[in-house]
Amino acid sequence: MSAPAKSHAGLVVHRPGTPLARRNETSVFGFWVFMMSDLVLFALIFATFAVMSRSYADGPRPEDFLELRGPFLGTMALLLSSMTYGFVSIELKHGRRRRHVAAWLIVTALLGAGFLYLEGDEFVRLAGEGVVPQKSAYLSAYFVLVGTHGLHVLGGVVWALVMLLQLALWGVDDLVSSRLVRLGIYWHLLDIVWIGIFSVVYLPGVM
Amino acid sequence: MLDLLLGRLSFDALPFYSAIAATAAGIVVFGALGVLALITAMGKWRYLWNEWLTTLDHKRIGILYILLGFVMLARGFIEAMMMRTQQAIAMNAEGYLPPEHFNQLFSTHGTIMIFFVLMPFLTGLINYVLPLQLGARDMAFPWMNAISLWTTYAGAGLMMASLVLGRFSTGGWSGYPPYTGVETSPGVGVDYWIWAINVAGVGTTLSGVNFIVTIWKKRCPEMNRLMNMPLFCWTTLCASLLIIFAFPSLTVGTLMLSLDRTFGFNFFTYFRGGDPMQYINLFWIWGHPEVYILILPAFGVFSEVISTFSSKRLFGYNSLVYATMAIAVLSFVVWVHHFFTMGADADVNAFFGIMTMVIAVPTGVKVYDWLFTMYRGRLRFTTAMLYSLGFIVTFVIGGVTGVLLAIPPFDFTVNNSTFLVAHFHNMLIPGSLFGFFAGYTYWFPKALGFRLHEGWGKAGFWFWITGFYAAFMPLYVLGLMGMSRRMQQYDQPEWQPLLILALLGAGLVAIGIFCQIMQLVVSIRRRVELRDRTGDPWDGRALEWSTSSPPPEWNFATAPKVPGRDPFMQAKLDGTAYRRPEPGDYAPLELPRNTGTALFIGMLSFALGFGVVWYMWWLAAAALLGIVAVMIARSMQRNVERVVPVSEQMAHDNAHHTRLVAQAGGLDISHGVPRTIELRHDPETGRAPA
Repeated sequence: MSAPAKSHAGLVVHRPGTPLARRNETSVFGFWVFMMSDLVLFALIFATFAVMSRSYADGPRPEDFLELRGPFLGTMALLLSSMTYGFVSIELKHGRRRRHVAAWLIVTALLGAGFLYLEGDEFVRLAGEGVVPQKSAYLSAYFVLVGTHGLHVLGGVVWALVMLLQLALWGVDDLVSSRLVRLGIYWHLLDIVWIGIFSVVYLPGVM
Repeated sequence: MLDLLLGRLSFDALPFYSAIAATAAGIVVFGALGVLALITAMGKWRYLWNEWLTTLDHKRIGILYILLGFVMLARGFIEAMMMRTQQAIAMNAEGYLPPEHFNQLFSTHGTIMIFFVLMPFLTGLINYVLPLQLGARDMAFPWMNAISLWTTYAGAGLMMASLVLGRFSTGGWSGYPPYTGVETSPGVGVDYWIWAINVAGVGTTLSGVNFIVTIWKKRCPEMNRLMNMPLFCWTTLCASLLIIFAFPSLTVGTLMLSLDRTFGFNFFTYFRGGDPMQYINLFWIWGHPEVYILILPAFGVFSEVISTFSSKRLFGYNSLVYATMAIAVLSFVVWVHHFFTMGADADVNAFFGIMTMVIAVPTGVKVYDWLFTMYRGRLRFTTAMLYSLGFIVTFVIGGVTGVLLAIPPFDFTVNNSTFLVAHFHNMLIPGSLFGFFAGYTYWFPKALGFRLHEGWGKAGFWFWITGFYAAFMPLYVLGLMGMSRRMQQYDQPEWQPLLILALLGAGLVAIGIFCQIMQLVVSIRRRVELRDRTGDPWDGRALEWSTSSPPPEWNFATAPKVPGRDPFMQAKLDGTAYRRPEPGDYAPLELPRNTGTALFIGMLSFALGFGVVWYMWWLAAAALLGIVAVMIARSMQRNVERVVPVSEQMAHDNAHHTRLVAQAGGLDISHGVPRTIELRHDPETGRAPA
């Protein structure tokens, strides 16, 4: 049914129009639908954070504990990782060389891990200062919003590791390509969500 | 050490605090053991594993959903009877149910009926019918479909576990904090509630994705126009869109409540800045679309049933599609009407009140469309049709009381009264449950190969509908008389006669359920005489009736022809029905192989929920890692499909064709099998053929 012209822009398969290509097309579309549901989840956590963004109770206020350095470096790591994942996609489309795909995937995963390290470091520092989610509704919302995104990034890194294993086993075949396209959608959307978090949580909190 | 192992689980969790609770637990435990023993005694484990537990066939998954719905309906209905009995006798008296137990009952009753009866019923019907109506061979994601099924079972398992170990929530099916906070509800009850609905909610969300993608990508090539889809597919599409956009709200609200309870977060507590209203908003942002998730698929069933049994094309197909879409969109802008009394200012209440009234307009359009479908049709009053007629009449009454409740001043006067209880039962029983019953009798012959006995079915319908009126009309009156919902006892003598009437109504419904059980038993015993030999027992209109009953695992060997709406009816009118494909039209096709991985994920998600409820953190962590491990292991499997050779497909089609010709006495079957032609009307004029 899906003529090549109508198929997903980022979807790269060897033989467009075959049943396999259609199946991959279906998987990618399904993943988009699922990501829409996941975005609604983030939207609702954002909304809850907005409702509670002044509910400090007796707890610390954002200007007391938020630092921009870690989150800024984390932002840079994530933005850079979006770019390196872009190179994965380009390689999928043109070269389809296993080593190149794997290399860019490793760089992406490392940047994701770096982001997680920075976030974990921040959480540990805050816990040391007694800034914990139990202190106020604001802090509950802060930790859940930032933490939910962090868990998603962790999921993305694990996914990337699994894909590295599958690349090693099977090379850049249709199934692996299709999964890498989906991982790409996931990764870029997490990036967008992070931009939202940085703009809504960190920048107003510090300025 | 033991604390680490068992968390807060101890002997106190066993239900020996009350004879009734102990009996219920005994029924669950011995019932489960009895089923296991029976399977073992009959030597059916291998059959069960190969044919059902590991299946990825959408038709079997659909049947398993419906089976779950029936089991849970039994429990939910027993709970309703217990509450009705209590209220009938608890006039200035304790009754037989202590308050805490009564409160558990209304919480489990609501939770079970919404999440584990209506949802599995409708998901089951959609699973069975949707790919057949689209001319597809399966769902878009068969493995994910099985995960949806088994996580729904896992959630239901948590509900059943709460009968045996620990006590369920007393916070109602909507679980409002601060009452459900840890200070006022310290036990495991609220946690059971949260995790049962979240584990099942994952399955529902995945089902929503699956249905949308199936509709979008798996339609047979000739059904390239969406406007050629049967209306049931449209209502499924709208309900699925609601699922993927609404369910995150339930997840966010209840998991935040769980964090409050388990780890001392402060989202919805009264101290440290928390705001219970935020929970109530999140809950109903999901909760109102949920009503339409339950009702829209039933609207689809009614559309199919009314059209078929009026022997006419559906009137106003386009308007039905647009009305469904309008309802889906509007359902997201009415949620505040669930809490008009909670202090929003008049402008806000006015907006949501007006939007609520507006949503009655597309619903009214649908009612007229169904009425005009019947107008000058040749009506056949089968059981499915009776449920549809009962729905139209009864649902309109519920809709009118809904418009009343949409007026904030009126809502203030009957807030939290039994008027509200009567209203939402008046929507969901005719609107959703009758829809399921209609669909169940309508598609039963397709799924099992024989029709259900009409006599017992009709008796069941009449007891259900009279029982419904007797049980719920008094609650409207009681609400206007000032009776609050959820009362364990009361001191107003004038309420008691009406409450006794309501109990009698519930008793009539019990007889209705008995008739439905008898219907199933009698139909199985007489399955040879009730056999559906043609695959088209009702002179049907959509593609599912063009296959054999039951259909082969691959549904359609070759792509069905879709000349327009009601494709199979069109084929019968054109004399092109049952055309046998040429041998050259066949090609080997692929079907997903069975796998136990989805079942394992279901079991592990039960363990995850159970571990979190009882603070057995090792169990929860192990289960979570287990789920990830199973998913990764599954992604490493490459040979997940088996090929059905052409010979097998042709053998099936030829056997079916031979049966059809035999049934027709050797006559031409290209207009359908003669017995069904007599029932038919001219699709344009609605008149019987000359």
